[in-house]
Order: sequence, then structure tokens, then C-alpha cells
Amino acid sequence: MAKLSVRDVWKSFGAHEVLRGLSLEIDKGQMVCLIGASGSGKSTLLRCLNLLEPVDDGEILLDGQDITDPDLDPQPVRQRIGMVFQSFNLFPHMTAVENVLLAPRRIRRKRREELLPEAEALFARFGLVDRMGHYPDQLSGGQQQRVAIIRALAMRPEVMLFDEVTSALDPALVGEVLDVLRALKAEGMTMVLATHEMAFAREAADKICFLDEGRILEEGPPSAIFGAPREDRTRGFLARVL
Amino acid sequence: MRRRSLVIATASTALVVAAIVLLVPLAPGWERVQKAFFNGEVFWKTFPGLVKAFLVDIMIFAWCAPMIAVLGLVIALARDARSPALFPLRLFGMVYNDVFRGVPVILVIYLVGFGIPGLGLPRPWNSPYIWGTVAVVLTYSAYVAEVYRTGIESIHESQRAAATSLGLSHWDVMRFVILPQAIRRVIPANMNLLIALQKDVALLSFIGPVEVLRQAGVYKSLLANFTPYLGAALIFLAVTVPATRWVDRMIARQNAARS
Ligand SMILES: Nc1ncnc2c1ncn2[C@@H]1O[C@H](COP(=O)(O)OP(=O)(O)OP(=O)(O)O)[C@@H](O)[C@H]1O
Ligand SMILES: [Mg+2]
Repeated sequence: MAKLSVRDVWKSFGAHEVLRGLSLEIDKGQMVCLIGASGSGKSTLLRCLNLLEPVDDGEILLDGQDITDPDLDPQPVRQRIGMVFQSFNLFPHMTAVENVLLAPRRIRRKRREELLPEAEALFARFGLVDRMGHYPDQLSGGQQQRVAIIRALAMRPEVMLFDEVTSALDPALVGEVLDVLRALKAEGMTMVLATHEMAFAREAADKICFLDEGRILEEGPPSAIFGAPREDRTRGFLARVL
Repeated sequence: MRRRSLVIATASTALVVAAIVLLVPLAPGWERVQKAFFNGEVFWKTFPGLVKAFLVDIMIFAWCAPMIAVLGLVIALARDARSPALFPLRLFGMVYNDVFRGVPVILVIYLVGFGIPGLGLPRPWNSPYIWGTVAVVLTYSAYVAEVYRTGIESIHESQRAAATSLGLSHWDVMRFVILPQAIRRVIPANMNLLIALQKDVALLSFIGPVEVLRQAGVYKSLLANFTPYLGAALIFLAVTVPATRWVDRMIARQNAARS
């Protein structure tokens, strides 16, 4: 059974249909990369997966359970699905470690001292122990994104969503964030990324999905999508970005 | 260059002051005005009494300000309620703000301050201090709520999304992520309202409390001289001018930090 299964999802903003019957299967431990032109609906899909936006029609199954059911409490679902955004992730009035501890403290209802060792271990793993007490504006863009990832991981999510997490970064800082994504993949995290980093998608993804006008026009392993795309529009998009 | 503009500024200021000092006394009514408004003897006789009465203003201000801060926040949160089920709350916040920002403070003070005790409430519930306070708090909360709301809306949407995606409840997102940033951002704007409040407290004199404006009025009748009003004005200035300067400095510092 797929970890996450998107079935015929529709989503409009006013008269503008952004997702038009989109379907997608994501297996446990898979890294799926969403590519496509600006406005094709990548961010919207990720926000729907995390229930930040309600879908108009269709269903999204997490371990077989429909999470779009309006009677379902969205909070426990969001705790199982972590998300990192392009920018403005961190709460600027809290230090890095306070950012990370906020959700565990409020949701798991444990005291700071009980939670600190686990948080510290995460900071250590991503080489940021010496930055735990820093405020976001004292961190580089790359460090901020890594703290945002740590913050999501602190809730022990089963799936992680990444919306262009390197797009706002200096080219020199992209690598350190991509390294974190590789490390997560290596330990079996299920991940969905919207990305413009084609080289990374090609090297690291298990599956590439090309979004076009609110649907997945073409999907397959990187070798197929980048090597021999079937659709003209996929070829056109790749020619423009590669 | 700087020295030159300093010289020009000093010279032109001196010129204006000299003109006022020399020309105003030439006006035909000057002598009468001087006796009525600038009487040194009356000033020194009444000033201590005015300062004492001003303590009443400060007292009223001191208990109104925290109530306004809290009620304003509650109304701002009501206006921010997003779920459709909470629409009545939102509507209430909207109507509240429209009504209390649309009516002059003095009118609210009259209506509440004379109207409610007029229902025949027993002592101490007919005190003008209570109902004057209620009127001022109701009015100012509407303005403060609007300021809070601007602050809440100025926080980047990603902050809300990031906090929500962690699984935090709507209220926790507000309490730990949005409000701490929003409130900090609007401190200067709220300080300006507090300065206005400090002045408007004097309006309570119309329904009873003997605060500085009322006390000045009493002295005026007693001594048949307007100088006590000048004393009252000076007392207000002594508080509001430094406070305004301080807030302006704070705004400038905040703008500098953000750019
Ligand atoms: N909250 C919203 N209200 C109205 N329209 C929206 C909203 N969010 C997204 N849209 C519109 O939906 C369309 C798809 O947006 P989306 O952000 O999903 O695209 P994207 O594939 O992530 O693009 P990009 O590569 O630029 O990030 C866009 O035309 C956008 O203007
Ligand atoms: Mg996007």
C-alpha cells in the first residue's frame, strides 16, 4: 500500500482551477520530486497534502486513511506530515532551539528538559549544536533552512514535504541543505519535494512528476523523465530549465 | 555646511520670537488678555492644587490603560476568527469597532456616564469614576484593537503556515507565533494612542471627577481668572511632550532595525 495516495484531487482559488484531477502515489521511503513551470500547482499540492488548504474534490490517503474528511481533526495529521517552506520558516522572536522545541512542548506536553536531549541530538546530527542559542537573523540562509528541517523532524513525522527549500538561498549555501535531504533519504524518510534543482532531482529522486496545468502529465524514474521524456510539453519544459 | 544651517536656524528662530514679543503687546486687547491668562500671582497660587488634581488623571489613566490593552486584544482576536462557525464573533468585532470609532469620545462619556447611573443604581455603582472609565475603555479599545489587527496582518503568511504545519492549534499559533511578533511591532502605534488617552482622561471632568481640568475650572470661577487653564495645559505638556519624543525615537529605531 502506498504511504500517501492522492486521488483525483481538484482545487480552485475562485474561478482559477489550480489542481485539476491530480493523482499521485508515494511509497514509503520514496523521494518524489515535483517539477513544472511556475504556477503549475506544485506548492498548492504540497499545501493540500498538509491540509493547509482544503481540497474541493477527490481524496488524499495517508496509510489508507482519507485525511481530507472534513470531520477529521487536522492537527494529528499535520503532526505526521512535516513541511518546510521556501522562506520565512523560522519564528524570528525565538532562538533556534526554542523554534524546535515549541511544537513538541505544546503537543507532547513535556517539559523542556525532557525534550532537550532529542533536540540537541538533531542539532548535532546536522552540525548546528553551536547555533542552538542563536536567533534566526544571526544564522545564514542555509543554516536557517536546516533549523527549519530540524524543527519539522522534532515532531517525528512519517512524511516530509519540501517546497523549494533552496530557491531563496545563495548558490553557495544550497549544497548544505541538499546534503540534509540526502541524509534523510538515506535513512528512509518518505519525502515530497517541489524543486527547481534539476541536477539534484535527477541524482536523488526515486520518482519525478512533471506537473502541467494542475495535472501530472508525466511521471517516472529520473532516467526516463530526463533521458527520454514522452510528452512534448515535458521536453519543452526541460529544454527551458536545463 | 552643518554649522551654516545651524546659524540660519538660530537666526530665524530669534527673529520670530522677537517679532512675537514685540508685536503681540501692541495689540489693543493685550493688557486684558495678559491679566486674564498670564497672571503670575494666580498661577503660583493655583499650580500646586492643579498638580494634585492631575494625580486623579494619572490614576484614571493607570487603571484604564491595562484594561484597554486587554479588551483591545480580545476584540482584535474576535475580528481575526477564521472559522465560519465563529462568524458572529467576527461580526461583533466589526460592529464594535465601527460604532466606537465612529462616535466622539465625549458623547460616549455622556451617554454611559449619565445614562447608566440614571438607571437608579445604588452607591457605589453610580460612581462617575466607574462609568467614565467604562466609556473611555470601550472607546479606546476599538482603536487599540484596530492597531493590533494591523500588527497581526503584517506578519508574513508563511509564519502562520509554518506554525500550523507543525500541528499547533489555531490558538497556539496565535499565542506563541503571531501575537508576540505582532504586539512588538505595534508598540509605537499603541504608545501614540496612550498619549491621546492621557489627554482624553480629562474629558471625564464633564461627568464629575475633580481632575485637573475640572479643578482649573473651579479656580477660574473662584478667582475670575483663566490662568489656571494655562497651568493645566503646561502640566499636560510636561507629560505628553517627553512621551511623544520617546515614542518617535522608538519608531525611528524600529524603522532603522527593519531596513
Ligand atoms: N491562496 C491563493 N489564492 C489565490 N490564488 C492562489 C493561491 N495560492 C496559489 N494561487 C494560484 O495558484 C496557482 C498555482 O500556484 P502554486 O503556488 O501552486 O504554483 P507553483 O507550481 O508552486 O509555482 P512556483 O514554481 O512559482 O512556486 C498560481 O496561479 C497562483 O497564483
Ligand atoms: Mg511554489
